[in-house]
Amino acid sequence: MEAAMGLMRRMPPRHSETALSALLSLLPQHSSDLLSQVDLPLQVLCDVDNGKEFILCEYNRDADSYRSPWSNKYHPPLEDGPYPSSELRKLEIEANDIFAIYRDQYYEGGISSVYMWEDDNEGFVACFLIKKDGSKTGHGRRGCLEEGAWDAIHVIEVGPEEEGTTRYCLTSTVMLSLTTDDESSGSFSLSGSLRRQMNMKLSVADGHLCNMGKMIEEMEGKLRNSLDQVYFGKTREMVCTLRPPAEVAQMRLPDS
Amino acid sequence: SCFTNQKAFTDHYLLLHISLSLSFSSAFLLFLVPNKSKRFRFFPLKFALQRARKIGMAEEETELSEEQRKEIAKWFLLNAPAGEIQYVAKDLKSVLNDDDVYNEAVSEAFPVYNKSHMICLEMPGRFGDVLVTSYGELQDNEYLDPKTAQVAIVDHVKQVCTEVRPATDEELPSPYIEEYRCALDIEMSKYVGEAYPKGFCSVYCTNGKDVEGPGSDFELVVVISAARLSPQNFCNGSWRSIWNIEFKDDIQILELKGKLQQVGAHYFEEGNVQLDARHECKDSTLFQSPDDSAVSIATIIRHHETEYLASLEASYLNLPDTTFKGSSQETSSYSNLIPMA
Repeated sequence: MEAAMGLMRRMPPRHSETALSALLSLLPQHSSDLLSQVDLPLQVLCDVDNGKEFILCEYNRDADSYRSPWSNKYHPPLEDGPYPSSELRKLEIEANDIFAIYRDQYYEGGISSVYMWEDDNEGFVACFLIKKDGSKTGHGRRGCLEEGAWDAIHVIEVGPEEEGTTRYCLTSTVMLSLTTDDESSGSFSLSGSLRRQMNMKLSVADGHLCNMGKMIEEMEGKLRNSLDQVYFGKTREMVCTLRPPAEVAQMRLPDS
Repeated sequence: SCFTNQKAFTDHYLLLHISLSLSFSSAFLLFLVPNKSKRFRFFPLKFALQRARKIGMAEEETELSEEQRKEIAKWFLLNAPAGEIQYVAKDLKSVLNDDDVYNEAVSEAFPVYNKSHMICLEMPGRFGDVLVTSYGELQDNEYLDPKTAQVAIVDHVKQVCTEVRPATDEELPSPYIEEYRCALDIEMSKYVGEAYPKGFCSVYCTNGKDVEGPGSDFELVVVISAARLSPQNFCNGSWRSIWNIEFKDDIQILELKGKLQQVGAHYFEEGNVQLDARHECKDSTLFQSPDDSAVSIATIIRHHETEYLASLEASYLNLPDTTFKGSSQETSSYSNLIPMA
């Protein structure tokens, strides 16, 4: 598995799906491990009841069907798919509504979904997903990107309540891919992913949604800064090292 | 923040120290906590069992042939980022668990990878370096270095030059062509030496190598290959330029076509980023004497490549704005949204 994950990391991110299919066919005995550890760009389906789109992932999937957070129905329909309890479903509905507002404020568009289910340890797990297509033809309100995709997956494990506090463990993954293509500068494509974890012990006084929302907000802020540094800063530095801009070349000391 | 009183901590974090010396040759990445962050399996047991049943059924249906496994293996090798094929090969060997398929895949994929990445190998015997390219390929594992008129024998899988022999007359261009080729090689080497800290270039004749004198067309190709490989820093990048130059004798014009490609890959504890930037350009100039043509060509190439680099810089500057919204102070924080909902 370690070798397989090593391969996934090195393959160009835009070929992640092909790489994962290839690994699944070479290592069928590790399928469930591979599917749960590898993140692919998020896909979307349309809920037949209300026309709203929802995001597909392993956490709302059973067999080949996906549960919509809007209608709570499986698409295509399933006889005996798993559902969250009615109490958890109420929380899930609220989370979806609030997260949609958050998403619109921070992303000026895009699609979001939240899925929850009971955990074996008397707690529960919540998965917050965002998919933003920032390209010219997508929801991009400010850009000129040929292709611009931001996929965020935030999974929070919520522990049982202990003396008024609860432990939250957040694992976030962001997959970003940007492509520009024009006459004068050719094509330019930057893609990749970032993953981070954060643990917090918080009072339940404000409620789960407030706690989880704050963690996600803080995490996304950090990820955005990392992306700035890593995506833009580091790769730009690499270009400059390979071929320093003209002014610098003259200053260069003899071979180092 | 209301969290300052809380016991907040991050599990994994990355410390980046970048120190750029005047020669722009070093970047340090210090990693803390080298443990791979293992993704927690969130599925409750009942979900896992259902999925395992489904996957079990799928297993019986698909059994790959050796040929299919080999093709898959080659795909992974060919898509390895610059300088990383050896690492990919090692992981692949583990995943395949079949040495015969592995060896076949490797012997077929490495030559293709080496040529497309235009790897630079050291020749034994103080002859300097040789580029492995399709332009210089004489046989499967023999590559001409036009500068020194030597032929390098190469082990593709080990990515080393094992021996060197002098080129025969048939393998070299005619004296007339060699005048042009050599003058251009000298000018290009000057340019590459100044512009690329770790670059190497070669000039080959790709058409008309036996032309004896004026009256016929011929073609030269300039190949520039620069790589910055820092596997210990998890950061690798390469730049490749290929300039095709058609010497059109009848109209006394040189037509140039350039293909520039920059790729890079950077890994760190928490993820990875890959860059792929490409550009094509064209130009033309007069067909002059070997020395004057060489200077003209080198000037044109330098101009286009510098311009391209400048536009890459501009792309980088524009990206954050086009991708992200402005500062986060503009938006209301999450806790205000709950009463709104």
